[in-house]
Amino acid sequence: MADETKQSRATTGKDSGGPPSPGFTSEVMSAVAGLLSGTRSFYIIFSLSLVTIVIASVVSLDAMRIGFHTAYNVTREIQWGLIISTYIFFVVTSTGLCIVSAIGHVFGMKDFMPIVNRAVFLSVVTIFAGFTVIFFDIENPIRMGIYQVISPNLASNLWWMGTLYGAYMIFMGIEFVFILLHKHKIAYYAALAGLISGIAAHSNLGAIFGMLTGREFWYGPYMPIYFIASAAMSGGAAIILFTVLGYKINNEVIDAPMKRALEAVSKLTALMIAVILFFTTWKIITGLVGTAGKKDVLMAMLTGPYALNFWGFEVLIGMVIPFALLLGSRFRNVKISFLASILMIIGIFIMRYDLVVLGQVVPAFQELGVIEARELHTYFPSFHEMMITVAGLGIVAAAFLLGERVFKGHKSGH
Amino acid sequence: MFENIDKMKREPAGTLPEFERRKFLKLGFVVTGVLAGGGLLSLVSTVEKSFASSGLFLEQYPYKPHYSMVIRQNLCIDCELCVAACNETNQVPSYGYRTTILERTVPHAVGRQTEFIPMLCMQCNDPPCVRACPTRASYKDRKNGIVMMENKKCIGCKACMVACPYNARYFSEEIHAIDKCDFCFVTRLSKGEKLTACSVACPTGARTFGDLADPAGKIYRMIHQLEAQVWTIRPKAGTKPNVFYMKG
Repeated sequence: MADETKQSRATTGKDSGGPPSPGFTSEVMSAVAGLLSGTRSFYIIFSLSLVTIVIASVVSLDAMRIGFHTAYNVTREIQWGLIISTYIFFVVTSTGLCIVSAIGHVFGMKDFMPIVNRAVFLSVVTIFAGFTVIFFDIENPIRMGIYQVISPNLASNLWWMGTLYGAYMIFMGIEFVFILLHKHKIAYYAALAGLISGIAAHSNLGAIFGMLTGREFWYGPYMPIYFIASAAMSGGAAIILFTVLGYKINNEVIDAPMKRALEAVSKLTALMIAVILFFTTWKIITGLVGTAGKKDVLMAMLTGPYALNFWGFEVLIGMVIPFALLLGSRFRNVKISFLASILMIIGIFIMRYDLVVLGQVVPAFQELGVIEARELHTYFPSFHEMMITVAGLGIVAAAFLLGERVFKGHKSGH
Repeated sequence: MFENIDKMKREPAGTLPEFERRKFLKLGFVVTGVLAGGGLLSLVSTVEKSFASSGLFLEQYPYKPHYSMVIRQNLCIDCELCVAACNETNQVPSYGYRTTILERTVPHAVGRQTEFIPMLCMQCNDPPCVRACPTRASYKDRKNGIVMMENKKCIGCKACMVACPYNARYFSEEIHAIDKCDFCFVTRLSKGEKLTACSVACPTGARTFGDLADPAGKIYRMIHQLEAQVWTIRPKAGTKPNVFYMKG
């Protein structure tokens, strides 16, 4: 209570620019009232997402009980599977949401302003979901808490990624809270710090793969660059999806400024799809004239067991169809943009999965021509791994729904 | 022609005609074999290339003792006594291994058509696993160069497994950390033994263990022969392995 009064005093103080804000207690009360005023269908969906989280959590904890070794289908050869790719999916989305929000909040492009609150809130939600998911892949999370701090390896991209993403989550959280409190100066600096740490963290995530000289499919400067471009694409899709859903849940009609915002985001998203299509094309063409190991991965992707994932999900559903939809509608049709964003999210999820798994399918000793390295390694996720992914998706769904009611459609501050 | 040579004025190098300079360089290229594609017909040794490392690395071994293993590939008969000895010595669980033997078959080869390639941690001088580890649980021992594990720091992220180009690591449920070959440092070398369990167990002498920095040692003598072809596995990964392969 003492904290509440303190913050309430802080919020009632004069501030640069923003409208005078009500007290914190009354904010909380109205948020609770907002939550209670939801429609029946809202409560059904919300309860469903909670039930999903509970069931998925039970399965996830069961994986810890029986040991990851038994619960997951990862092997000595393919150590990173669905859980890691889901983690990447969430943090790419989070970084993307941060980038998209920063276009408005940091760089001051007015058209992007209406989406800022929701994007910042969801960037915190998705990074949290990512951390939750990876918690079930780290064998000794307690040791991580200790030795990440007292025994850092500054040469390790993984160390930088973990540390920077930790800072990023805090900055984005601060940004969101101070937007709500109408402290725009602090919110602005938090946004800037969040953007810088997010970009740095995310390129380090790319570098975890790009620095591995023994993994030809990943090695090189391509990965960190690709990750950032890819994040912007994911962020665009995610904010279109969640904004339109948010308006549906709140039973509101999208107003003119938001319509303009969605149009601007749709344009950015289409541009980023084009960038990623360009990247993908040249990754393939250069890879096909490279070493045998890289070529084998590409052939597995283009004509082999991953062809459906690649052509069907990544290229068609994830990029080409959404691009055609967005361009065909001249970016103005909200419904078509919404459809494009759903397709993109599905495609991008598979994109992350392929990126992680395909980098590991080539046997280490392929160039020796040994019997053990004749076939590419195979992997398919286990039930436990799938349920941990479901838990992450459930967290995002529940937090999104809750956020829409509690923060009343994320309209505060504009 | 050279009668008055001591009376002649010294000519500075800058005034040397371009033609002469080229002729001189050409002679140098012939001697070093550049004009013949580098390795061929060269009067200068190419042995450094076989080590997949620079000449500098050859001259100054960074560790003392600089533990190393030479595998004479043609001597391996796949009896797997080395694997059994390793498993027993280092208490390797049934689902894991620290060393293994790969099989290569060349159906149209004349004579012997199958060969076996023992594989273990290469104890790289530039180990990608050590770079990948966020908490320094994987580290390169400053004294002897062995890539070791400090189990209590291992968070189990498996980044080192993904980073290793030699599939030399696995996650041990028993110790709840990554396990890997440490040239039997913990179980043997630190207790005064001179050899690894696998090299002792090998009946054909395919695995020779020793100090690469000791000119009187067997390993040193095996590696530093101009006639012998010595190679490392996956040199393009740039790891500078300390496990060398040869035949003979």
